[in-house]
Amino acid sequence: MRSLDVKEITKAVAHLSIETNRYLSPDMEQAFQKAKKQEPWPLARDTLDKIEENIQAAQDMGLAICQDTGMACVFLEIGQDVHLTGGSLQDAVNEGVRQGYTQGYLRKSVVADPIRRGNTGDNTPAVLYMDIVPGNRVKVSVAPKGFGSENMSRIAMLKPAQGQQGVEDFIFETAKLAGPNPCPPMVLGVGIGGTFERCALLAKKALLRSVDSSNSDPFYGKMEQRLLERINELGTGPAGYGGKTTALAVLIETFPTHIAGLPVAVNVSCHVTRHGSVEL
Amino acid sequence: MEYRLQTPLTKDKLKGLHAGDQVLISGEIYTARDAAHGRLKELLEAGKSLPIDLENLTVYYAGPTPAPPGTPVGSIGPTTAGRMDAYTPALLEQGMTAMIGKGARSPEVMEAIRRSGAVYFGCIGGAGALAARCIEKSELVAWEDLGSEAIRKLTVRNFPVTVLACGDENLYELGKSNYLASLRSQAESKA
Ligand code: SF4
Repeated sequence: MRSLDVKEITKAVAHLSIETNRYLSPDMEQAFQKAKKQEPWPLARDTLDKIEENIQAAQDMGLAICQDTGMACVFLEIGQDVHLTGGSLQDAVNEGVRQGYTQGYLRKSVVADPIRRGNTGDNTPAVLYMDIVPGNRVKVSVAPKGFGSENMSRIAMLKPAQGQQGVEDFIFETAKLAGPNPCPPMVLGVGIGGTFERCALLAKKALLRSVDSSNSDPFYGKMEQRLLERINELGTGPAGYGGKTTALAVLIETFPTHIAGLPVAVNVSCHVTRHGSVEL
Repeated sequence: MEYRLQTPLTKDKLKGLHAGDQVLISGEIYTARDAAHGRLKELLEAGKSLPIDLENLTVYYAGPTPAPPGTPVGSIGPTTAGRMDAYTPALLEQGMTAMIGKGARSPEVMEAIRRSGAVYFGCIGGAGALAARCIEKSELVAWEDLGSEAIRKLTVRNFPVTVLACGDENLYELGKSNYLASLRSQAESKA
């Protein structure tokens, strides 16, 4: 049994909170390059240039790429042969968020109560998900999630008879309804199957994938591609000013479901789709 | 077209703008988002005085990240304007002339824009560092307890915005339909 002090997790969460908000992952930067090459509309290419310029400016100025530094979604994959010492794991994660968001000059965007509001002042609590996995390592992933795009997300409990077409139409409709609000070009995380809440979690987890990856099942890999092409015929374009590049990727994750159900969830994300991981 | 405008953005200066025009704004603009709008509405309804003068006001729907030492402001891109829709017509009636944000507005706000001669400007959502480059000064005006949502007076220089809506025009519809029309005409010329 390997021991790991939860202070290490605090450090990792703090570090990732700052890094992910200041630097986009290379797959996102490559996706902008690729999109620009395929973008026929000059105004849209110009907007993509400005989005790239902003990424550079954030680096140069030591600022967050986007002012909405999000709710900190934290995913832990904990090896079953690890013994966590030094205090509460949950507290350690929240302490990491507190430190990262304070030391990194990130925005505190969390209110303590959904109706009565009231800013918590340090961006805690994190939205924490934990999985127990084989091995003796702990993988820490942080994905700050902005709400301009989060607010355009949707979930539906479709009927099995609606099948593949129903699922694809729902995903397409979601992208269409989102319009200019979620800071396109979007990244769409999609969950299909499971139960109501598992389906939404799959959609969120899909956003941790690299945007140039495809589902390992070719059936869903092709669906991702087909949907991306269809969404990029909408004309919404970068920033919603018109153009081809409405989405950079559609990322689908699936799970077995019930004989009576066909849940589908779309977690809408934006051109500042952030995630980073470290293994301890 | 490209224009340079100096605040206060009186309706005179805004006349003649069209959706899609690029404007560089210099002068003073005020941040306000969800929570500040809620408080402004309460004060208006109670007939009390406001911490800002709405006459010819340019509001920027934004909540910045904290300013690192030695800088006026952190990352400061626009937030989704639609969440302020419920409050906007009343503020336009009180003399506000310009809004800067991102995203679609409700039919009521579009109608209020048309009626009042106000303009809804946009800057690229998420481009918080680009916006920060154009801000020379930031002063707290009201409601420090709201943190990032407080009202701040920003002194901006050549702050780049695009006209999203004015009169009957709406860039989100126009931009999309112009692009799709260009695809159709391309397809026809090939056929
Ligand atoms: S939707 Fe994304 S890019 Fe737009 S403001 Fe929110 S976090 Fe930033």
